[in-house]
Amino acid sequence: MTKPPSAAQLAAIKALLFALCLVPFALYMQRWFDDALGANPIEAITRGSGDWTLRFLLITLAVTPLRKLTGLNWLLRLRRMLGLFAFFYASLHFTTYFWLDQFFDLQSIAHDIMKRPFITVGFSAFVLLIPLAVTSNNYAIRRLGGRRWQSLHRSVYAIGILAIVHYWWLVKADILEPMIYGLILAALLGMRGWWREQERRRQIAASMPRPMPGGKVIPLVAKSPRY
Amino acid sequence: AKLGPLARSPFSSDEPQTPYKSVTTYNNYYEFGTDKEDPAANAGKLAVRPWTVRVEGLAGKPRTFDIDELLKLAPLEERIYRLRCVEAWSMVIPWVGFPLSALLRQVDPQGSAKYVEFVTHYDPKIMLRRPVLDWPYTEGLRMDEAMHPLTLLTLGLYGEVLPNQNGAPVRVVVPWKYGFKSAKSIVAIRLVDKEPRTAWNKSAPSEYGFYSNVNPNVDHPRWSQATERRIGEFRKRPTLMFNGYAEQVASLYQGMDLRKSF
Repeated sequence: MTKPPSAAQLAAIKALLFALCLVPFALYMQRWFDDALGANPIEAITRGSGDWTLRFLLITLAVTPLRKLTGLNWLLRLRRMLGLFAFFYASLHFTTYFWLDQFFDLQSIAHDIMKRPFITVGFSAFVLLIPLAVTSNNYAIRRLGGRRWQSLHRSVYAIGILAIVHYWWLVKADILEPMIYGLILAALLGMRGWWREQERRRQIAASMPRPMPGGKVIPLVAKSPRY
Repeated sequence: AKLGPLARSPFSSDEPQTPYKSVTTYNNYYEFGTDKEDPAANAGKLAVRPWTVRVEGLAGKPRTFDIDELLKLAPLEERIYRLRCVEAWSMVIPWVGFPLSALLRQVDPQGSAKYVEFVTHYDPKIMLRRPVLDWPYTEGLRMDEAMHPLTLLTLGLYGEVLPNQNGAPVRVVVPWKYGFKSAKSIVAIRLVDKEPRTAWNKSAPSEYGFYSNVNPNVDHPRWSQATERRIGEFRKRPTLMFNGYAEQVASLYQGMDLRKSF
């Protein structure tokens, strides 16, 4: 197995990844100021920030499967940053809606959240992301204890599903893109389910009494006598 | 190519016109892709000549019109209309054309013709093959809507022939209805006695009714229709009943429950 990166190498990888994660944001900012976002820039920004939220959610959820498949355990050290970037783009997505699209019209926003299922679902997903972002630090892990922290952070599976539903319900007729994202999420969650089931079976098998090496196997059911 | 001379119309709006670039790069023409920029990128493949439009069905004199005939059938007018998309954005577009009624009168509609169905061009070799909608795209109007002076058989915009992505070479524009009612690249117009099924209605009957009149009081099941974003503007503006054409068309729907007949 390859050697894990040294502390200095890991710091460099993290710095590079951080810059990379900001590229979509930078490109959208540049296109906004160059007036290059097409006829409806607010829609373009809303769509773009939503797309990138979903992509970062999926990338974050891909870390564990990738680690298991490659054996590169240090990949786990990048997960927090990726998850926080998912929250960063989700915040931009929400701010775009709140500010550029609705222009702080609280009444209209409240109406939307209550009456439009796709906005209800998207808003729920965003609200559920907040505690995860807030507890994405070592202090919170120590405070909560690993087990509780982990069960809290497993809500990201539900958030992923809500995000797909949000996208699926907003498109008019062409469900190709939400379907692709949905299939990727299904694969990422399916792998976890599969591994968990394998682990469960392994543990059951391990807890079953096994014949002693060299011992004699005594059949519990007597053979029927032959005449 | 330039069209002209163009008569002015009392139906024209004097609001600022949406820039040509926005009108021709922000389109819903799903046969050429479902993103707004797709039609401008892909519709170049559409061959708009030769082109004919069959006007058939319950007509005394059904016949096929060549596009060059259509261009000379009636005096061309410039009609600056508001366009309100069901997605809650809007534009102001200087269309060129003449009332659809001028074409329909040519074929002598029978008394039994209660509706008009528009069949549009579909060529899987150059268009989307995925069944996002039931191709070919069809639309329809009630006969009195089709004969209404606002309903425009449209051959151009901004004084020129229609760009392909805007529905070349011939489309209808029905300004008091959501944009999808204004079928593009028409190949046949059928006079029928029953309300025709339409592409969006087939796709989601609870969301897109046959009438689809612009109505700020009846929301789309998934979003509000109370306001709209005029392309080029930052803040949303209130949506007007019948897209601001109530004076001309409200009488067509007298006694109808527009919540039910949405």
